Amino acid sequence: MREVAVIGIGITKFGELWDKSFRQLIAEAGSKAIFDAGIEGKDIDALYIGSMSSGRFIGQEHVGALVADAAGFSHLHIPATRIEGACASGGLAVRQGYLSIASGVNDIVVVGGIEKMNDVAGASATETLATAADQEWEAFFGATFPGLYAMIATRHMHDYGTTKEQLAQVAVKNHANGAKNPYAQYKFEVTVEQVMAAVPVAHPLGLLDCSPVSDGAAAIVLCAMDKAKEFTDKPVKIIASGQASDTLPLHGRRDITTLDATVHAAKMAYKQANVTPKDIDVAEVHDCFTIAEICAIEDLGFVEKGKGGKAVEENITTLDGEIPVNTSGGLKAKGHPVGATGVAQIIEIVEQLRGEADKRQVEDARIGLAHNVGGSGATCVIHILEAI
Amino acid sequence: MEDIGIVSYGGYIPRLRITAKEIASIWGKDGERMSSGLGVYEKSVPSIDQDTATISVEAARAALRRTNINPLDIEAIFIGSESHPYAVKPTGTIVGEAIGATPDLMIADYEFACKAGTAAIQNCVALVKAGYIRYGLAIGADTAQAAPGDALEYTAAAGGAAFIIGKEDVIASINYTYSYATDTPDFWRRAERKYPSHGGRFTGTPAYFKHITSCAKGLLEKAGTKPEDYDYAIFHQPNGKFPKKVAKILGFTSEQIKQGLLVPFIGNTYSGSSLVGLASVLDVAKPGDRIFLVSYGSGAGSDGFDITVTDNIMKLNRENAPSMKEMIDDKEYISYGIYAKYTDLLYWE
Amino acid sequence: MKESVARFWREIPQRYNIIGNKCTVCGRVFFPPRESCPYCRRKSLGKMQKIQLSGKGKIVTYTIIHSATEDFEDQVPYPIAIVELDEGPRITAQIVDCKPEDVKIDMRVESTFRKIRQDGSTGAIYYGYKFRPMR
Repeated sequence: MREVAVIGIGITKFGELWDKSFRQLIAEAGSKAIFDAGIEGKDIDALYIGSMSSGRFIGQEHVGALVADAAGFSHLHIPATRIEGACASGGLAVRQGYLSIASGVNDIVVVGGIEKMNDVAGASATETLATAADQEWEAFFGATFPGLYAMIATRHMHDYGTTKEQLAQVAVKNHANGAKNPYAQYKFEVTVEQVMAAVPVAHPLGLLDCSPVSDGAAAIVLCAMDKAKEFTDKPVKIIASGQASDTLPLHGRRDITTLDATVHAAKMAYKQANVTPKDIDVAEVHDCFTIAEICAIEDLGFVEKGKGGKAVEENITTLDGEIPVNTSGGLKAKGHPVGATGVAQIIEIVEQLRGEADKRQVEDARIGLAHNVGGSGATCVIHILEAI
Repeated sequence: MEDIGIVSYGGYIPRLRITAKEIASIWGKDGERMSSGLGVYEKSVPSIDQDTATISVEAARAALRRTNINPLDIEAIFIGSESHPYAVKPTGTIVGEAIGATPDLMIADYEFACKAGTAAIQNCVALVKAGYIRYGLAIGADTAQAAPGDALEYTAAAGGAAFIIGKEDVIASINYTYSYATDTPDFWRRAERKYPSHGGRFTGTPAYFKHITSCAKGLLEKAGTKPEDYDYAIFHQPNGKFPKKVAKILGFTSEQIKQGLLVPFIGNTYSGSSLVGLASVLDVAKPGDRIFLVSYGSGAGSDGFDITVTDNIMKLNRENAPSMKEMIDDKEYISYGIYAKYTDLLYWE
Repeated sequence: MKESVARFWREIPQRYNIIGNKCTVCGRVFFPPRESCPYCRRKSLGKMQKIQLSGKGKIVTYTIIHSATEDFEDQVPYPIAIVELDEGPRITAQIVDCKPEDVKIDMRVESTFRKIRQDGSTGAIYYGYKFRPMR
């Protein structure tokens, strides 16, 4: 396998972007990434686009070609493919791009991720997000997407004594980080009291335990390592790509509070990168809900199973903690335009490893991990990156 | 004479209740006066996820739980109701599927105001007697509708009962049945109208009392019995007053009607009304007990039944499903606001 | 989006009666029924047997939904739980006939037949299982 590097990154602001269309967003992120990489359209061998549900959010499928067209590449006839794996769509697109170069088929690819979620009314967004769950056997019976993570939280609290305060502390930390991120949807800090007092969504989760409905796009340029130096002095190498799946409905899992897909994707990635959880300097994990971050840091092996809540309480995952998690603000504060998330996570890690993360910079960050989950844990994709 | 009758039975009453007092408070009436005037203190209300189909399924499943009858041997399902969830599309097929009785059977929904359930029993009896079916399932169930502010609002309730009719292991033989019907428009609901209309006091003497007394007398004559021959008597119970009065007119005592008189605690369950009363009697009946039942359906007609409880009732696993009393006692009160939401009063386009 | 009734109709046996299936090779029980046993895989082909589940079980975990999709908005707040049936399979369903705050992990529950949703005021009504505290 060939080695692969990230040579360019581009991201739009995340949020309620009323004046921006799907096309405008992806074109903005894509062109930023291409300029950052210093490549041109003719250099691009393929496009991979992660989008969870353009069909339901904007009534548009066939967005691979749409994105190539919006980017002004239609006359170049670049192969353009859309990848879908619910909230992991972005991460999966990165992996497809990575594999296409590692295999020797392509040299340079652009990977985009996008979701335009605010072109539908609120209840429709909830309904569309619930399509990541099992439609026939979960959503049909009234389970919402936050409801599934809430059930994970209820069981986590029961099994490990995790508290609502500890969940709230995840939001507090991620908002503090988001406040330092110019692209974040929520650039304000919150207190534990505010999170605990927020309007309930699905007990025990309140509104501030949940990531928002967001518009946004992100794009990266991947390049075969041996050619990367032609374009940049600071290539960031992808040293592992792991992916795993699990039962679609939450009720089918071996253990309600363990995302086995994360455990297995992590195992695969750590093995490929030949690192252990202790070697990770910074991580972006899939905190669609506060409980998700607690499960993630356990399932990724950063802390022992059941100790996630305690770890957050002990500030192990803050910007200056032992293992800074979600320095971007995470899905919670940066925003969660579903298909864009997995790509945006890579961008944050690249910025950290390049030393360009400004006020969010983790000192001496050399190895970073991005963890992207689809649904309530049926899909997980993990990338480990290293500064060269 | 061949023994044909009830082989098993089951009832269902939703848990939610609203008091007459609560309803009266909305409409500026004196709740206690309304309660004592109607003889109804509270009524059962379907939850937002309950309708005649779900009530029928629960009642039918309760009946099956009390026996070892294979649902596939039920060869007819007739459901009497004036609140079938669909105007066109049978409730019976939903029930048939939910109890595992499909597909080798006949199914039809009945409507004859509050007596469609007893009509269902008669037809099952006839089919068993004719040898067309082994078992028939007759159900009377309703989620009764009443216009907001109408006097009916204090009584229109939800509930139902199911009876498996056959000739094997009969727990209660139906010795005689007799019906009486005329065209008497005392209460109706026009097609595509949500709430029923009624003739006020006209629903009394020429309608309810005339039909029930005529049917009862016809039945007593046919059976060659007198009121004192019966341990229990059940009359259609649109409110707490009418059945007591009709019993008195016919010469039945208040002791005879007590066990089957559920309306003060749950209201009028329309097609379920006399049948939840019968289920309540069967909950306590002993071998040899004789039961007199006359239903009433507006429009108008009555079906009468002369029933004798057999020794088999002791073999029925009555404890496998909750008694009517247990279901009446298992309750949760709701406000008029919640009631309005659950009964579809708050919807707008 | 208008959905065809066929999609709901074909699940009637499962939704009305909790009919699952059993792998006759290893004895594991599944709900909803599976085409093959994930443990015995090809050995189980043609050896999966329909089985009526008891509808009795206990709550593994739960939530109370306060913010629902449009179909369920008029029911909030309502509890949803993962129920482990006595035969083994776990299923997701609403818990009814009790106050949301009374729902607890390990609580014994039994199935009840309810309206699950309806396709607006003119479309079909879809029925199925919910669970209530065991009497």
